[in-house]
Amino acid sequence: MTTGKVLAINGNMVSVTVSGDVSMNEVGYIVLGEKRLKAEVIRIRGDQAELQVFEITRGISVGDPVEFTGELLAVELGPGLLTTIVDGLQNPLPELAERSGFFLERGLYLQALPRNKTWHFTPTVKAGDTVVRGDALGHVPEGIFEHWIMVPFGIFGSCTVVSVAPEGDYNVDHEIATVKDERGETHTLTMVFEWPVKRAIDAYEERLRPEVPMVTKVRIVDTFLPVARGGTYCIPGPFGAGKTVLQQITSRNADVDIVIIAACGERAGEVVETLREFPELTDPRTGKSLMERTVIICNTSSMPVAAREASVYTAVTIAEYYRQMGLNVLLLADSTSRWAQAMREMSGRLEEIPGEEAFPAYLESVIAAFYERAGLVRLRTGATGSVTIGGTVSPAGGNFEEPVTQATLKVVGAFHGLSRARSDARKYPAIDPMDSWSKYNGTVDRSMTEYARGVLFRGDEVGQMMKVVGEEGTAVEDYILYLKSDFLDAVYLQQNAFDKVDAAVGTERQRHVFDLLYQILGSHIRIESKEEARTFFYQMRQKFIDYNSAEWESEEFRKLEQELRELLGTVASGLERAAQEAYDNRGNYA
Amino acid sequence: MRKVYSRIESIVGNVISVRAEGVRYGELAVVGSRYGDSLAEVIRLRGDEVSLQVYAGGRGISTGDEVRFTGNPMQVSFTDNLLGRVFDGSGKPRDNGPVLTEGLIEIGGPSVNPAKRIIPRNMIRTGIPMIDLFNTLVESQKLPIFSVSGEPYNPLLARIAMQAEVDIIILGGIGLKYDDYLFFKDTLEDGGALSRTIFFVHTASDPVVEALLVPDISLAVAEKFALKGKRVLVLLTDMTNFADAMKEIAITQEQVPSNRGYPGDLYSQLASRYEKAVDFEGAGSITILGVTTMPGDDVTHPVPDNTGYITEGQYYLRNGRIEPFGSLSRLKQLVNDTTRDDHRSIMDGMIKLYANYRESQEKKSMGFRMSEWDDKLLKYGELFERSMMDLSVNIPLEEALDLGWKILADCFGPEETGLKTDLIKQFWPREAVR
Repeated sequence: MTTGKVLAINGNMVSVTVSGDVSMNEVGYIVLGEKRLKAEVIRIRGDQAELQVFEITRGISVGDPVEFTGELLAVELGPGLLTTIVDGLQNPLPELAERSGFFLERGLYLQALPRNKTWHFTPTVKAGDTVVRGDALGHVPEGIFEHWIMVPFGIFGSCTVVSVAPEGDYNVDHEIATVKDERGETHTLTMVFEWPVKRAIDAYEERLRPEVPMVTKVRIVDTFLPVARGGTYCIPGPFGAGKTVLQQITSRNADVDIVIIAACGERAGEVVETLREFPELTDPRTGKSLMERTVIICNTSSMPVAAREASVYTAVTIAEYYRQMGLNVLLLADSTSRWAQAMREMSGRLEEIPGEEAFPAYLESVIAAFYERAGLVRLRTGATGSVTIGGTVSPAGGNFEEPVTQATLKVVGAFHGLSRARSDARKYPAIDPMDSWSKYNGTVDRSMTEYARGVLFRGDEVGQMMKVVGEEGTAVEDYILYLKSDFLDAVYLQQNAFDKVDAAVGTERQRHVFDLLYQILGSHIRIESKEEARTFFYQMRQKFIDYNSAEWESEEFRKLEQELRELLGTVASGLERAAQEAYDNRGNYA
Repeated sequence: MRKVYSRIESIVGNVISVRAEGVRYGELAVVGSRYGDSLAEVIRLRGDEVSLQVYAGGRGISTGDEVRFTGNPMQVSFTDNLLGRVFDGSGKPRDNGPVLTEGLIEIGGPSVNPAKRIIPRNMIRTGIPMIDLFNTLVESQKLPIFSVSGEPYNPLLARIAMQAEVDIIILGGIGLKYDDYLFFKDTLEDGGALSRTIFFVHTASDPVVEALLVPDISLAVAEKFALKGKRVLVLLTDMTNFADAMKEIAITQEQVPSNRGYPGDLYSQLASRYEKAVDFEGAGSITILGVTTMPGDDVTHPVPDNTGYITEGQYYLRNGRIEPFGSLSRLKQLVNDTTRDDHRSIMDGMIKLYANYRESQEKKSMGFRMSEWDDKLLKYGELFERSMMDLSVNIPLEEALDLGWKILADCFGPEETGLKTDLIKQFWPREAVR
């Protein structure tokens, strides 16, 4: 095995003189007395390698020995990943706490998967079968899922199954199969294998275009700014605008099989809320605890910076692993800016020539490569699986014209920009309906949502104008347009996360409610005075908000809808031409 | 006995370098110059070249001065004798008391395991209505006071230090004016709070490197007290000076600056300090209140901006008052449901009316006609500002709530407040004084 000696130390970067071969992104350990500090090779020049250390470097001295492992930075993949809470290097945090108490002790690394647990294995292949990487050898039940035990993705070419364990209970390290590859080499397989985090898992047949919406039960997202399963989106926003809350809501309600939360360089307190609340909450789809479909990767702001950089890769690798089983996975990364900052810190220590705001020149390509790991894929079995990535961005000063936001906007499929003005006005979720966009298809036909957005834009223009010329100088028609856009904002774009019913709105209800809303927005309103118009819309608004909190298809719901339609009927005379056209041209969504 | 090196190779700003072997990263050395001894920390190692940051600064250091390595990282004494004492940023006494050497602990220790954290649940009473009632301070919270220079943030901190219901106060002064330091000392002495207070003070005239140590040393001591079951409140003033010291040192060390000259790791550096705020299950807690002065009242300046992303809300100090808009305690929802039934309603209701008052005020200043409702709002706003927002008001939460009802009753009819009927029945003052 290659060894080395410490030559220089600067912050969390250590230079090492190496004797023997060393590879890029290889893991090495700096031996410090009884402790071994994990580090990753990030540059090699001649016999000198630069390593970023995943721990505090205090106490290291020149000449300390370094041991290289020959392996890239990797994660363990196998049954038992769900419900785990790990740090950026996949050390289970609750187990660390059992060992070392309140504080994170450096140099203490534990295996991510529980070793004492047994899984009921059912083989699906027999000796003599031909398999390739990613093919299932059998499966074990993990919570509500059938967890496939696959041929490791690192074994290339077709293999012949030599033997496979009979059905029974085994722990993850138990040998469950042996296969012989094309070169005649025999591999002994267990339920667990490792995969380097910085390489995308590509053991699938082909990538498909994401088309099916991933329902989040947030109206403004599903209707106006949808995200597709296998797609990508980003949530930039200034501090206090509710990025983390929006992600927490999504992590609860999203219509996916598995949610992976990467808390990357943010407050520990917010992770704690998830940690403590998720086991108590039930997943409406399964009736089980939400924790059973969740993996939390948690490298909060005060934990070592280099491990923060690794944490998003750890998260996406686990996501890709479950995608290989034909599951839909959502990865929520909060916040990608902290990840970019970790790269910036390292780049500074490497004395690379800085790009904009001192971010490294490769920032864009690294961000693009990360988001490109999302996707909808067709597996060899014909089943499909997806990884959807949603990342928050914390732009400096809340200004979106900064490198991380801009680099992210180039590669994502939807942009949910949060605005300080909306959060200050307590309009939640504070997604700016004007600036944000999405390239995916949502639950409601685009021609109709475009019409509604048009009302929003034109109403906003009237509102701006009114600030100058006052209410007196505004025509009644324009004023009604303004009230319509305000109405749309108040009853549809805003959503009350504290209301039991309004907090999560399913697709069917969204379509139904949007249809009614569309009738209101698109109608000719025959009102002669502004005073009357205002009273009318305030009445409608109050009723609509009550309607929003009424249980779906309950008597209350029907009654309020009837009242709304009647109230509208008193002043409306059919749809405006543009509205009618959009309505007639709507695609057949059912 | 450790070896003594008597040949300093280079002196650049506050950083000196010597050739030495067997030195550990982060180790402390003593540099003896003719102006006295100073501590210095190893900040870079390359072969046998050791770079050290001298806490007392590079001024007056000669190439022939002696450097003695101690074999330890920066440490501070931890005993109950710390209480009532005043130290500088490197832990040396500033008062006339003895040097403390017992029970040394390392500073800048590891992070708390997130799995061991608990959801905060206790409020800290301060007697200041704008905090207790509207933006409750919660144990283990980290909150900055965003303020323009010239605002009375230090008097506010001193008042909180005297009135807050905690066991121990640790005051970390960074770049403090000497007058302000004396002000803190005198105020706490007069108020009888000195015996539960520890000062770590770096004044504006002290070497800039020591400014960097103040938060670490304060928080290391706080952590130990918290582990012993004490509820500790750490006050840091002013964290912008801390960031500026970091900037100054980073630039002299030729680091690539990221934003307005600040180093790229500003966020991580601030976060590793603020994240020390914690509630230990089965032991005590650390709560951090810091002052962040905003250059040019600009909240998008890198220091307040990065701070805002780290902390759990902020208090805006403007015109000598804690502004109800913009100020936010993100954790208040966790505690204000168990104080008194009317707490949340009064909190929301009064602020909504105050927002209406601001609108009326704007209308008035633009010369629009005032309605009867506007007049009521104007009266309310003035009363609210005078008897509630003023920083000198010092009443417990319950009295503040009662006062809130009284102000409402003085200005409005019950149905005009938008408060729930059952609360009005229970709390509306019977004899509203007009």
